[in-house]
Amino acid sequence: MDVQSWTLLLVIISFSIYIGIAIWSRASSTSDFYIAGGHVPALANGLATAADWMSAASFLGMAGLLSFTGYDGSVYLMGWTGGYVLLALLLAPYLRKFGKFTVPDFIGDRYYSNITRTVAVVCALLVSFTYVAGQMRGVGLVFSRFLEVPINTGVMIGMIIVLFYAVLGGMKGITYTQVAQYCVLIFAFMVPAIFISIQITGNPIPQLGIGAEVLGENISLLDKLDGLSTDLGFTAYTNGSKAMIDVFCITAALMVGTAGLPHVIVRFFTVPNVRDARKSAGYALLFIAILYTTAPAVAVFARTNLLETVSDQPYENMPPWFQKWETTGLIVFNDKNNDGLIQYVGDADKNELTVDPDITVLANPEIADLPNWVIALVAAGGLAAALSTAAGLLLVISTSISHDLIKKQWKPNITDKAELVYARLSAVVAVCIAGYFGINPPDFVAATVALAFGLAAASFFPAIILGIFYKKMNKEGATAGMVAGILVMLFYMLKFKFDMFGGGGPEDWWFGISPEGFGTIAMLLNFIVSLVISTYTKDPPEEVQQIVETIRLPKGAGRARSH
Amino acid sequence: MDTKQKKATAYWKENLRYLIILLSIWFLVSFGAGILFKDALNTIRIGGFGLGFWFAQQGAIYVFVILIFVYVRLMNKLDKKFGYDE
Repeated sequence: MDVQSWTLLLVIISFSIYIGIAIWSRASSTSDFYIAGGHVPALANGLATAADWMSAASFLGMAGLLSFTGYDGSVYLMGWTGGYVLLALLLAPYLRKFGKFTVPDFIGDRYYSNITRTVAVVCALLVSFTYVAGQMRGVGLVFSRFLEVPINTGVMIGMIIVLFYAVLGGMKGITYTQVAQYCVLIFAFMVPAIFISIQITGNPIPQLGIGAEVLGENISLLDKLDGLSTDLGFTAYTNGSKAMIDVFCITAALMVGTAGLPHVIVRFFTVPNVRDARKSAGYALLFIAILYTTAPAVAVFARTNLLETVSDQPYENMPPWFQKWETTGLIVFNDKNNDGLIQYVGDADKNELTVDPDITVLANPEIADLPNWVIALVAAGGLAAALSTAAGLLLVISTSISHDLIKKQWKPNITDKAELVYARLSAVVAVCIAGYFGINPPDFVAATVALAFGLAAASFFPAIILGIFYKKMNKEGATAGMVAGILVMLFYMLKFKFDMFGGGGPEDWWFGISPEGFGTIAMLLNFIVSLVISTYTKDPPEEVQQIVETIRLPKGAGRARSH
Repeated sequence: MDTKQKKATAYWKENLRYLIILLSIWFLVSFGAGILFKDALNTIRIGGFGLGFWFAQQGAIYVFVILIFVYVRLMNKLDKKFGYDE
């Protein structure tokens, strides 16, 4: 069977599973819709969180990014896993004990203010929308590359599937489809990695293969890659080219941003008690770590394979995958010195080949000559990763509207049934908006994913941490801190990413910190502003300080409730 | 302060102590070994890796997973000791 039939088969099978689960797990109350009734077992929640968290960017993008940036890519590996330690130790147990439906719920109640609640809703919507547009685009890309349908048709198919299980099942439907999606995506990521690890090093475990010797040669793989890279004028793979302070700040911003992402936090509201909230954070990171420790190995294998295949080779001897990706414009060859050989070198004036890092994971099995079903599997895995994350984000968006705005502020007296209708309607609207952005992607999608982390780091994280660990933090401090953090973050991004407010290049960055890493500074500013303002304003009321006392003790976290 | 309040305060203090210890390790393996002291550690080799590079792309992640499960264990014990378990 050829790749296309295999892909079609695997996509149909996996999509039928998702739809079947959706029908089986319909939501019948807002509690079902928002938090899956609050009785998801810790292990299932760990699996669902891992799928929720690992998006098209993790599955398709990260190994490629690592492959082309070497050590510098470590910021993503440490940043996107280290955040779970913060989440498990500082946030999840206490938010679970608090026992509400959403992050703005916590912020609004803890800071006894609807203004603070609204600021939190705006942040949640901003973060989630920037994120979800990229996911729908990812769905479209996979469809178009493997099934040769137009990208927009791909986006539409993705929308219909997500619509089906997010609207019908809410969090309950999403949770159990995410469990299935994790299984699909991890299998799809590991199979080619294991194959290639055996090919190159003879070791079936990619995490060990990356540190092993190359089969039949007396040199370790990383040393060989460092040598190949420096010979061609690239930076040695294991040495980065970013400044240390920037690496430090980007890692910190990604960690804190991860811990502050509403669609991840809300997953910990779905387990029965505090003990399970802690445990499921551990499971989640374990399942994420399987992919995140394999990705650097895939990156090294892919980079070595690529350099060996193309460097100084005649253009006409290139394998079929080379031409295929050339037609998509993601590989571009320009024979500057007309010698018919491919010079792929670090010097931009002499370099003749540009390769888009995004093709690494998709092209890797082809480059390594793996069987067709493995290539098709990668497509199904990419779809699972994109769909699971999109669904989680859409739920946050619809909950923000139906619960935090309509129920909590606009129409407090509506019945549970009416709220559920609003929740479903907002989910439909959210899917349509996400689909619109998937079909007409604004240019800033790639740039704004980093913004999403910066925003989450600059807004939610300090407000939640202070809300739990500092009893005297009041609404004035928290609101001022969030507003200050977001504004300075937005300003920095607009200035250095979108050329507004006078623009500027890397040499103008404050303290040499890139916009991606600036979330760390904005977060510190938030902390400082919050603490200073709160010392000069009134202490929070006694009953709020009492709430803080209660959430610190794990016992008695009943099912989450709306009142 | 009544005994209930005292118990809650003691529990919270112990919890904070665990957090400080675990988060110090969290900081050391990632920001320390993977970033600040990476170059020095890279002179030490394990298998085909420089140790600094290994921490940045593998080791830190393994330690993160272990840290959370250690925290789960410590807190479960602490909950039991203070009677906050369910």
